Parts: sequence; C-alpha cells; structure tokens
Amino acid sequence: MNMKFTIPLIVFAALAGLMLFGLTNDPKLIPSPFVGKPAPQFTLPRLYKPEETVSVSDMKGKVWMFNLWASWCVSCRAEHKVVTRLSKKEKIPVIGLNYKDFGTEEYGNEALKWLEVLGNPYYAVVVDKDGMAGIDWGVVGVPETFVMDKKGIVRYKFTGPIYQKAADEILSPLIEKLRKEEG
Amino acid sequence: MKFLATRLLLILGFCFFTLQANAVKIEFHTFENKQQEQLYLQLIAELRCVKCQNQNLAESNAELAKDMREKAYDMIIKGGSRQDVVKYMTDRYGNFVLYKPPFIAKTLLLWVGPAVFLILSLFFLIKLIKKQQKEPIEMLSDTDRDSVRELLNSKKD
Repeated sequence: MNMKFTIPLIVFAALAGLMLFGLTNDPKLIPSPFVGKPAPQFTLPRLYKPEETVSVSDMKGKVWMFNLWASWCVSCRAEHKVVTRLSKKEKIPVIGLNYKDFGTEEYGNEALKWLEVLGNPYYAVVVDKDGMAGIDWGVVGVPETFVMDKKGIVRYKFTGPIYQKAADEILSPLIEKLRKEEG
Repeated sequence: MKFLATRLLLILGFCFFTLQANAVKIEFHTFENKQQEQLYLQLIAELRCVKCQNQNLAESNAELAKDMREKAYDMIIKGGSRQDVVKYMTDRYGNFVLYKPPFIAKTLLLWVGPAVFLILSLFFLIKLIKKQQKEPIEMLSDTDRDSVRELLNSKKD
C-alpha cells in the first residue's frame, strides 16, 4: 500500500472515530457551571403557605437536595417515587421548586392536586411562577436536581429524571459522604 | 410574458407564506434609548436557547427562550451592560450559551482550525501544481494514438 491511499485512510479513520465518539455524547447534558460554587440564592413563597417564604440561606448547615418539578412534566411524575424513596431512606430535606406551574389559586391547583395524588416527599415546596428562579439556577428543562453540602456549595447536578440506579449508586453515597464533611 | 409574471407572483407568494410560518412571536418591549434596544437585539441574537440548541434566543419560541429574553431585557432596562448579561448567562449555562464562544484554550481549535486547514490545503495544492509543472504529462506515442482511434471507431452497442 502506498502513501496515496494510506493518508486518506488514516484521515477517514480519525474522522470516523471522532464522529463515533460524538455519538456517545448527549448534547442535552450541559455541564452545570454551578458545581463547586455556592448555591444561587432565592426567597420564594411556599406552595402551601404563600404568605411564608423559604430562602436558600435557611438550609445552611444541612446537606440538602433541590428538586425542580412541574405538574405538566411527565418525567417528573416518573422520577417522583424515586425522589420519595431517596428522601425517606437518607432522611434528607428536599426542597421542591414548583417550576412555572399552576400551583396558586389564580391558576388553579394542579400542583397541589399532583402532590395529593402522588404524595409529598418535600421538606418544603416553593413556587416559581415566572421561571426566573429557575433561570437563576440554570434550568434547561425540569426535572433537575441539585445536591448541596453543609456550606451551601452545589456539589452535584442531576439533569433529567432520577432513576433508582442513579439514586442508589450516585446520590445515596454522595449524601452520606457529604454528611461526614465539616459544616 | 404574462406567464412569467404569474410565475413570479406565485414564487413571491410562497416566499411570503414561508416567512409568515417561520416568524416567531416575540414580546413587545419598550426601551429607554436606542443603545439599550440595540444591545437587547444583539444579545438575543448571540445567546443560544439551551432548550432548543440550534436556535438563538431571538429565533426560538420555547418557553425557556422567552424567559431568558425576559431576563436579558430586565437586566438591560435596569442598566446592565453587555458584560453583565453575558456573565449572568455563562455563570448559569457555561460558554455553551454563547454562539460566539470566547477565545480560550478549549476553543482554540474552533477559532484557528479553519485557518490552519486553509493554509495546509493551499500548501499541498501549490506543492501539487509545482510537481505537475516539473513532470510534464507523457505524450502519446503513435501506436497509442492508433489503438485509441481503433477503439473509438469500432462499432459497439
């Protein structure tokens, strides 16, 4: 085989390899620049008691999870039992953010109905009516879940519905590890 | 002539319809001055909708794009500069959100790649041309010519 054929062959193989590698990447998984940084702040009204608010700073000193969901989101429904199981098993406070949903009276009570039917695993549910808190957290699409350490630093972001295997193999060990860290 | 005119009209009509179909409903905003408006229009053209990844904020009618436009507008109207908005978005979505990525080590290939490829291909092209000039193509001998003629004249279905 002479060079005339070897060079194009090598170029082709390299390109094919690169494209094959590209296929294994999911373009929807945008790495969160937040991991390792302090959690974005919010002060939002509670779903059940709109006159009360919850802030990120209320969670200082605790390892906690932040779960963004909406009643119109089908994969949130799928992930809900996994989140419920995880929160029970690890006894971790999970703040739910009801993202652009119909949780308030003027919109109807879809979010409340959803929680009534599927159960409420949340430590607190806050309402983000206009989606601005969502953007503050860099939301792309619900569901999304963040894990914060005792210092309030974002340590992990899970994009998409949490499946049981991920809860057992990624989130549980992480929560246990973070709990051992200094506050 | 008349036929052509009808055709042209039809084509124009179709263009109009497709334009209509692609138009995205965009919010009506008022700005304090021309600079703010310019900045807003520039930013929504340069920022990527992270939900529908092959569209910018201006082109996309995804809910998230609408919210991101709203956020950009909000920041601009409160006196935020271009850097403020870009920083806010990249802090949350990374450089991915920029259609015009910054010139950093990670994007080096992206920026200089095309130029390198152009120079390389020009280099090889010139080399090839020079080589061909040095080695002229061999002339056909008379026997070659005869065999070609024979081939061309032979009747074959």
